[in-house]
Amino acid sequence: MTSTSPRTKNTARTTSAVGDKVFFGLSWTGGAIILVVLAFVAAFLLIRSLPAIMPETFGPGADEAIDFWSYVWPLMAGTVIVSVIALLLATPIAIGISLFISHYAPRRFANPIGYLIDLLAAIPSVVYGAWGMLVLAPAMVPIYHWLHNNLGFIPLFAGDPNVTNTGRTLMTSGVVLAVMVLPIITALCREIFLQTPHLQQEAALGLGATRWEMIKMTVFPFARAGVISSIMLALGRALGETMAVTMVLSAGGFSWSLVTSGANATIPSEIALNFPEAFGQRQAELIAAGLMLFVITLVVNVIARAIVNSHAKKAEGLS
Amino acid sequence: MSSQIRSRANSKPQGSQQDPDGRKKPEDMTPQTHQKSRLDSLTAHRKPTWTWMAAAAGSAILSLLITLVAFESFSVIGFGVIAGVLFVGSMYVVSRVLEDRLKATDELWRHLVWTSFIVALIPLISVIWSVVSQGLPTLISNPGLLTADMAGVAGADDIATQNEGASLQGGILHGLVGTIMITLMASVISIPVGLFASIYLTEYGNRNAFSRGIRFFVDVMTGIPSIVAGLFAFAGMTLIVELTIGSSPQALQSVKTGFTAAIALSVLMIPVVVRSTEEMLQVVADELREASYALGVRKWRTIMKVVLPTAMSGIASGVTLAIARVAGETAPILVTAGYVAMTNWNPFSEWMTALPVFIYRQLINPTAPAAGDPSTARAWAGALVLIVIVMGLNLAARAIAKYFAPKTGK
Amino acid sequence: MKFSRFYRSAAIASVAAIALAACSSDDGGDSADANGGGGETTASGNLIGGGASSQEAAMTAWTSGITEVHPDLTVQYDPVGSGAGREGFIAGQYTFAGSDSAMDADEQEQACGAANAFHVPSYISPVAVAFNLEGIDTLNMNPDTIAKVFAGEISSWDDEEIAEQNPDADLPATDITVVHRSDESGTTENFTDYLNGAAGDSWEWEAADAFPEELTGESAQQTSGVVSLTSDTDGAITYADASQIGDLSTVAVGVGEDYVEYSSDAAAAAVETAEEDTESEGARVLDRSTEEEGVYPIVMISYHIFCDEYDDENMVEQVKAFGNYVISEDGQAAAEESAGSAPISDTIRDEATERIEAISVAG
Repeated sequence: MTSTSPRTKNTARTTSAVGDKVFFGLSWTGGAIILVVLAFVAAFLLIRSLPAIMPETFGPGADEAIDFWSYVWPLMAGTVIVSVIALLLATPIAIGISLFISHYAPRRFANPIGYLIDLLAAIPSVVYGAWGMLVLAPAMVPIYHWLHNNLGFIPLFAGDPNVTNTGRTLMTSGVVLAVMVLPIITALCREIFLQTPHLQQEAALGLGATRWEMIKMTVFPFARAGVISSIMLALGRALGETMAVTMVLSAGGFSWSLVTSGANATIPSEIALNFPEAFGQRQAELIAAGLMLFVITLVVNVIARAIVNSHAKKAEGLS
Repeated sequence: MSSQIRSRANSKPQGSQQDPDGRKKPEDMTPQTHQKSRLDSLTAHRKPTWTWMAAAAGSAILSLLITLVAFESFSVIGFGVIAGVLFVGSMYVVSRVLEDRLKATDELWRHLVWTSFIVALIPLISVIWSVVSQGLPTLISNPGLLTADMAGVAGADDIATQNEGASLQGGILHGLVGTIMITLMASVISIPVGLFASIYLTEYGNRNAFSRGIRFFVDVMTGIPSIVAGLFAFAGMTLIVELTIGSSPQALQSVKTGFTAAIALSVLMIPVVVRSTEEMLQVVADELREASYALGVRKWRTIMKVVLPTAMSGIASGVTLAIARVAGETAPILVTAGYVAMTNWNPFSEWMTALPVFIYRQLINPTAPAAGDPSTARAWAGALVLIVIVMGLNLAARAIAKYFAPKTGK
Repeated sequence: MKFSRFYRSAAIASVAAIALAACSSDDGGDSADANGGGGETTASGNLIGGGASSQEAAMTAWTSGITEVHPDLTVQYDPVGSGAGREGFIAGQYTFAGSDSAMDADEQEQACGAANAFHVPSYISPVAVAFNLEGIDTLNMNPDTIAKVFAGEISSWDDEEIAEQNPDADLPATDITVVHRSDESGTTENFTDYLNGAAGDSWEWEAADAFPEELTGESAQQTSGVVSLTSDTDGAITYADASQIGDLSTVAVGVGEDYVEYSSDAAAAAVETAEEDTESEGARVLDRSTEEEGVYPIVMISYHIFCDEYDDENMVEQVKAFGNYVISEDGQAAAEESAGSAPISDTIRDEATERIEAISVAG
């Protein structure tokens, strides 16, 4: 019943066929190439960042190097915060649009609308950056001031030392990122929602469920793993996005406030901004910051996989 | 069996709307269909059809007042947010009072789904408008931009254009050619690799150590900073060149090519292709595979003829996403393929300029610093062309998907 | 040792200069090629360099201009940034590098194998202190005041210290918004070096590629970013390459008792009076606290870095042709016209010509 159950291996004992062997060989090779290339990338990163992470052993010595961890933690915090903002904003909207396309929109509009949302993915990040900088940031300023004046007691809106007048804040970057990851979540969720077994949906409706109940009972359980996967893909994009954040954010040191400009920074934009002029040890620091981005991605993905797997197990137990 | 295949493959929205019993009608959006409802029990407790208009108007007015009081000046975003919340909330309350809880909840979610669609349209329209309004006039008045490159164009030309009204010199041809060649090569490398790898993951080695390893690295690599991919490809190619050709300056200077850039982009593309394809293959119902096996079809034929076509539309979406992801990349291409003013058709030798690199550099470092308008115009025209290219690829992917998708007989 | 090589190259150069003059007279009609356009037209093929993006606009002018003198030579320049440019040069990826700062001793040791690297100050750009304040076109500020503004100690435009130096200006009580570069850059390095050198009491930070992190303020990427942000923000002040500041108002910088507006001549004068860098051949150390009349001290020098020996004869020809063209009057005029840089003085040109002509084939 559930699609996430493991493929049953013994269903296809067609060993003698050449076609099968070739096909298996090709698939295996595809996997092997990925494993090898990506392992090389990881090794490359690790080797290049060693001088920054362990300056005593591999770098110029402890006294010449900066303290890497105190350098990198504000960057990690900024990266995580901006990605969380982006996903918090984008996920509900994207799931809403996917449902709209798969279950709500009039049939003849559904495809064009899907295409329209895909259009968002086609826009280069430089353009998002320019848009965020010139259009969005100024439009957000009154909202930041309002948030600060009315909710200033919350550290997020404290605005220390002062509230932005340009809108170039972490929050604005998060909104731009949300727009950028929207099509990623939408495209995948839409396809998965559309794949929900029809008999189940009809059965639910036949039992007198309203449309929302039907979606809640059949579509969401079926699509949960896929939705989480699409969010992870979006998170990857948000964590790794360089140019848009670089152009929108006035970077600075760590701050809890989302309404101050000249505060916070993200790892990819730190790399993009400073790599061209970097040399030697500074380069190692920036690549090591890139390595930290890997660690973040890794942790988040492990958690997501765990969620998906526990869900899959539960579903197996039921079926 | 074939009817089951059909019903599963035909999981398009229209399917649910064409249900024979007309269950869908009461939930339909337009007020007219409410009136058409044939079940008296449902029409008994119905709110009047004009409710939503009244709620909308009331929300708009109230929101306008709140916006003016709270922000002390009119803010479009604030107005929209408050009006939306008020509308959805008031409609829920009205439904709840006049109808029942189930209907109210259903209606609430329907409104939220619609709202999310409208919310998503705002940035979409805003961004597209920025690009079209700034790029299209330039392209229309200077169609030569598409057939010229920047060779021989210097700042003096741009100063003449801006100050003396001379015609816009140069163009984006070199970037166009570069982007197409590089993206094409990256796709040729990463789509087969990614597709076969995901087939391996879902069809062959579901939970063995090898596939766990692949999943692990693919997961981690989705967040790779793009410049790192560029540096990796460059370092890798340098190593290969040093080992095969030697380390003379000429050999080293031949490392930067469109092909090296394609490798860098592949590193970014493959994880996206694998993750989206794997997800699409996972949701293909097992019954389809089993039905095929039961008919004695070999595994590879089953994958080719049943599994892939069923998932094709989703795979095409994922591939388009992957292409869109890399087609706009700047930093990795600059460090792997360089930046030249001349058009180069050969991805295996000499430098190549990609369109995003050109757009970005024209925006941040105009050809004539004192007269940036011509550079900005070229950049926006380039951005528009880039979007059109990616959209074209998207359309192509959809067409391919449609061609391979199982026939549903509609 | 440095000296002996200098004299040797000087001798070679004087011979070369005569040869050049002879060659250019051979060209007959091409009188534009009078000063070191590199008369020989044997240079051909692809010359590859990379580095500072500050030179990008000038480089575009040079790469298209050089085809008039050497039709068979194409020059490709990768604007990857100074650091990446120097690294590529050391690794042999680039035949020459463009850099906003001179190589340090470590880098020079690694570069060019057994041969030496030298610098040619080919791109000089004054850095303007630019601001956006309605109704005010220019303001006088001495180094101390500039430092305090950028350090955030002076936070309003009607501060006494600014008013004192500008008795005629009608200063509004607008808040000052400091805009700085978010990317590491040679411009920031020059500006902070200036503040450190000229206003050490009010500016506690060393010269660095990055703006001090302790100072929060608005920041944007690249010169175009800070300029557009400053133009959009009332009361904003920034530092930027003078060629790109557009309509922004500028600060006349206090030098001794006077206030000097930026200009090509004043910038060139600063480079002219700068001392030679004893550690990096051909590089200059600007005197930031100069009190000399008519000198604008906030100047960025961007170098081209060459080796004095290359393995390949063709490469030597290419480098000489390019190096000579860039510092020639033609080349400098092209850069001035397109990129708004300040042309180098004759003294610097002569010195650079000597070094370039001395480039030889290794062996």
